[in-house]
Amino acid sequence: MVYENPDGVRIGLEIHIQLNKLKTKMFCGCSTDYHNAAPNTHTCPVCLGLPGTLPVLNKKAVEAAIKVGLALEGEIAEETQFHRKNYFYPDLPKGFQITQYDFPIVSNGKVVIEGEDGEHAVGITRAHMEEDPGKLVHIGSIGKSKGVLIDYNRSGMPLIETVTEPDMRSPKEARRFLDKFRNILEYLDVFDGNLEGAMRVDANVSVHWGTRVEIKNISSHKGVERALLYEIMRQKNVIRRGGKVSQETRHYDEGRGVTLSMRTKEEAEDYRYFREPDLMPMQVTDWIPAIKETLPELPDAKRSRFIEQYGITDMHAKSLTSKIMLADFYEDVCAEGVDPKIAATWTADVFLGELNYRDLAISSYDGKKISFIHAKDPKIKNSFKVSDMVELVNLFAEGKISDRAAVEVIRTMLDTTEEKTPSHIIEEKGLFKAEDDLVTKAIAETIAENEAAVQDYLGGTEKSLNFLVGQVMKKTKGTADAKTTRELIIKELKG
Amino acid sequence: MAKWMSVAQVKEKIEESSAEEVTAHYLEVIKKSKINGYIKVSEKALEQAKKIDAEEHDGPLAGVPIAIKDNISVVGLPSSCGSKILEGYAPPFNAHVIEKLLAAGAVILGKTNMDEFAMGSSTETSYFGPTANPWDLERVPGGSSGGSAAVVAAGEAPFSLGSDTGGSVRCPAAFCGVVGLKPTYGAISRYGVVAYANSLEQVGPLANNVRDIAVLMDVIAGYDRRDSTSIDSKTEYQKALVEDVKGLKIGVPKEFFGEGTHPDVEKAVWNAIHKYEDLGATWEEVSMPHIKYALASYYIIAMSEASSNLARFDGTRYGLRENGENWHAMVSKTRAEGFGTEAKRRILLGTYALSAGYHDKYYLKALKVRTLVKQDFDKALSKVDLLMAPTMPNPAFKIGEKIEDPLTLYLSDVNTCPINLAGVPSISVPCGFTDGLPIGLQIIGKPFDEPAVLRAAYTFEQNTDYHTKRPLEVA
Ligand SMILES: [Zn+2]
Repeated sequence: MVYENPDGVRIGLEIHIQLNKLKTKMFCGCSTDYHNAAPNTHTCPVCLGLPGTLPVLNKKAVEAAIKVGLALEGEIAEETQFHRKNYFYPDLPKGFQITQYDFPIVSNGKVVIEGEDGEHAVGITRAHMEEDPGKLVHIGSIGKSKGVLIDYNRSGMPLIETVTEPDMRSPKEARRFLDKFRNILEYLDVFDGNLEGAMRVDANVSVHWGTRVEIKNISSHKGVERALLYEIMRQKNVIRRGGKVSQETRHYDEGRGVTLSMRTKEEAEDYRYFREPDLMPMQVTDWIPAIKETLPELPDAKRSRFIEQYGITDMHAKSLTSKIMLADFYEDVCAEGVDPKIAATWTADVFLGELNYRDLAISSYDGKKISFIHAKDPKIKNSFKVSDMVELVNLFAEGKISDRAAVEVIRTMLDTTEEKTPSHIIEEKGLFKAEDDLVTKAIAETIAENEAAVQDYLGGTEKSLNFLVGQVMKKTKGTADAKTTRELIIKELKG
Repeated sequence: MAKWMSVAQVKEKIEESSAEEVTAHYLEVIKKSKINGYIKVSEKALEQAKKIDAEEHDGPLAGVPIAIKDNISVVGLPSSCGSKILEGYAPPFNAHVIEKLLAAGAVILGKTNMDEFAMGSSTETSYFGPTANPWDLERVPGGSSGGSAAVVAAGEAPFSLGSDTGGSVRCPAAFCGVVGLKPTYGAISRYGVVAYANSLEQVGPLANNVRDIAVLMDVIAGYDRRDSTSIDSKTEYQKALVEDVKGLKIGVPKEFFGEGTHPDVEKAVWNAIHKYEDLGATWEEVSMPHIKYALASYYIIAMSEASSNLARFDGTRYGLRENGENWHAMVSKTRAEGFGTEAKRRILLGTYALSAGYHDKYYLKALKVRTLVKQDFDKALSKVDLLMAPTMPNPAFKIGEKIEDPLTLYLSDVNTCPINLAGVPSISVPCGFTDGLPIGLQIIGKPFDEPAVLRAAYTFEQNTDYHTKRPLEVA
């Protein structure tokens, strides 16, 4: 089946990622670890752009850019250099940004995604290095702001800007591209996508192969998909009413879910690029072999290996390799001698599914436990141990607990930060299969024998539920867990 | 104490008395100044000298006072670059050259006057008023390091630091009758020197004699990781001071003796060349066909870089801030109020030259010319050891005479700016007088061949007495 792209949609992306795993900024020695720091505490004369300061290139940033270029299957420039992009803005302390212009470090790469009709290659036009500006903090809301404060902690953070070809044919493909791209970067260990401002996306989109409109500064993958859906609908409406889509830059209002015009083509800025005279052109060809050596196994290769080595399905392999930390966790679980197929089901289907359901994002893996934080509230965080997964998988494989009990254990572990092993929870909740079966049997009997109480409860008499629980307790001689029993009865009766 | 002292004499005096007394002597001379050479005299100079005495500092410049151009960052002193827009700005860090000087034990006397952001050849564009030429108080000292040259000529400092983007050390050296060196691009770290045109400029020393230039170079030159364009040449400058030019091959580029050259300047420079001949050197005429385009190329490149470098002065973080109803209005007003006419002219012209539609026509073309000019130097210096020419085509002009006519003023850089395009070293040494005004001989060398330049300059000095003449106006 070939995707027909009925609206002639073409989407290209420009993605800024912060190389926030590097220790120091792009052109000075300031630490990149500013995310929880007070404003303007991670600055120095260089990243504040004080008169007389000069940039010194962070070689690690160049290495990271080459790594990214190789992972994107791009060409690495034999000679690369920096330019100045000149414009005035309060967050830009020098009045120009040091970036790359006609000699980007990476060009002509590609990323293969799961497209609308199977594997689909998205071309990478170029990727280049640049420095991040500072950050404006409005006092009050933007509309009624009483003033603006500037935090230069971010100023000079190393960035890579990646520009794709307009190869994506739907917002879904754009989203998939971003997921894959982020995954690759995390595999390379140059980037932590969970940090605020780590990835910013500009999208350009056209319909019916017409004029393209740029949407600036979208901060989440979901936001990109929503902004594009809205913008495609808007452009189609313009055309349907007999109008013409004009070339312009629009801003995405995340709260209202709409795009708003920022400036037209006539107002486009002239950045007066010229070569940064304080940095010499670089020849990096000699660096490439050593950097190639350090390239890790990338998602697609890992996925194939998982299918081969662990005998798991493609779906499971894809899911497990969608995050380097999850893939490592899974491999360490398997290394403990558990059945890899069962481990795949419990890790990819249940564990990951429960994380997504709770809006928890995987944030780190230290070889012993995998940690995650809430996508919107970073105060909510928890972790899950390799040893716990191993124990759980073994208990299940040995037939000691049921499906239902295993799910219950995972849920319980995600919802509490108390240190409890699976057996601990199983014991507490009476989830061992023998007892488990006994309880199930007792509940079925109780429901069958107490028609009136069941009807009363379904009719709204809460007290009747207590009676039913009591009956089950009696039948099991008190071994059943009252709370669990209560939940199970409700589930049985109300579905 | 003698009014004009070499560094060696200053060190003798310190031996005899103390660093404190020597510094006090210079502060006394400065107090009576008639030339407006300093923008700011350091209130900590005496304290610093006392500390040197107390510590029995044994650095090569222990207790020796020095004057610093106002575009070089010194902790504890304002750095205005001769502009109103940096009002109140004091850098929180020292320039690389200042770190080196302080480690060597030098005492910072103060910050010297300059054309606003080093944009000028007369020190008249300074927000702090013009500096007078010690040889004739109605005349300019040259620029942009006019203050640094004038204070040395007037005995207000034994030596000083300037910066040279298109002649800014050599021009005032020639006009004030002192020695001034523009080192090879990369010889000295630019860290902490407020940029006018990054690809062209170097810090340069000014002194009453060639030896003191070498002494200073041995302290401030060398690699600094904070300046990616700096290079470690491992040159030992004082070792180059050998009085011998036998067999030296001198090239005389006829393009440096253009139509407007003052006849006395031409005569003085030829006399100098003949002096070298007497001392055993030979000379030949060389041709540098692209020199005639150098001035235009220089100004386009310098202004383009300047338009970008000066963008940071927006009133947001430091320096002058005018009130405006929003950020853009504040920036516009601040820059309108803070920059002088010449700075504005160069920002506008540079912005224009880099703009879409003009970028290729002006900026790129200027870069191409720059390459050709470099090739001219490479070619000429492959046949001879050094080039010699007038530093300035004319002696110092009157204050106010040219300031309303920027084009004529730009033309005065015709012999100095090609050297910056090529990045080669060049020194200006006194070689005569016309109507009581000093004339400078320019000696140009191969990249990092400062030793040859210094050796030739030193030999000339040992065999002439121009450098011993003093301006009576300020005596
Ligand atoms: Zn910094």
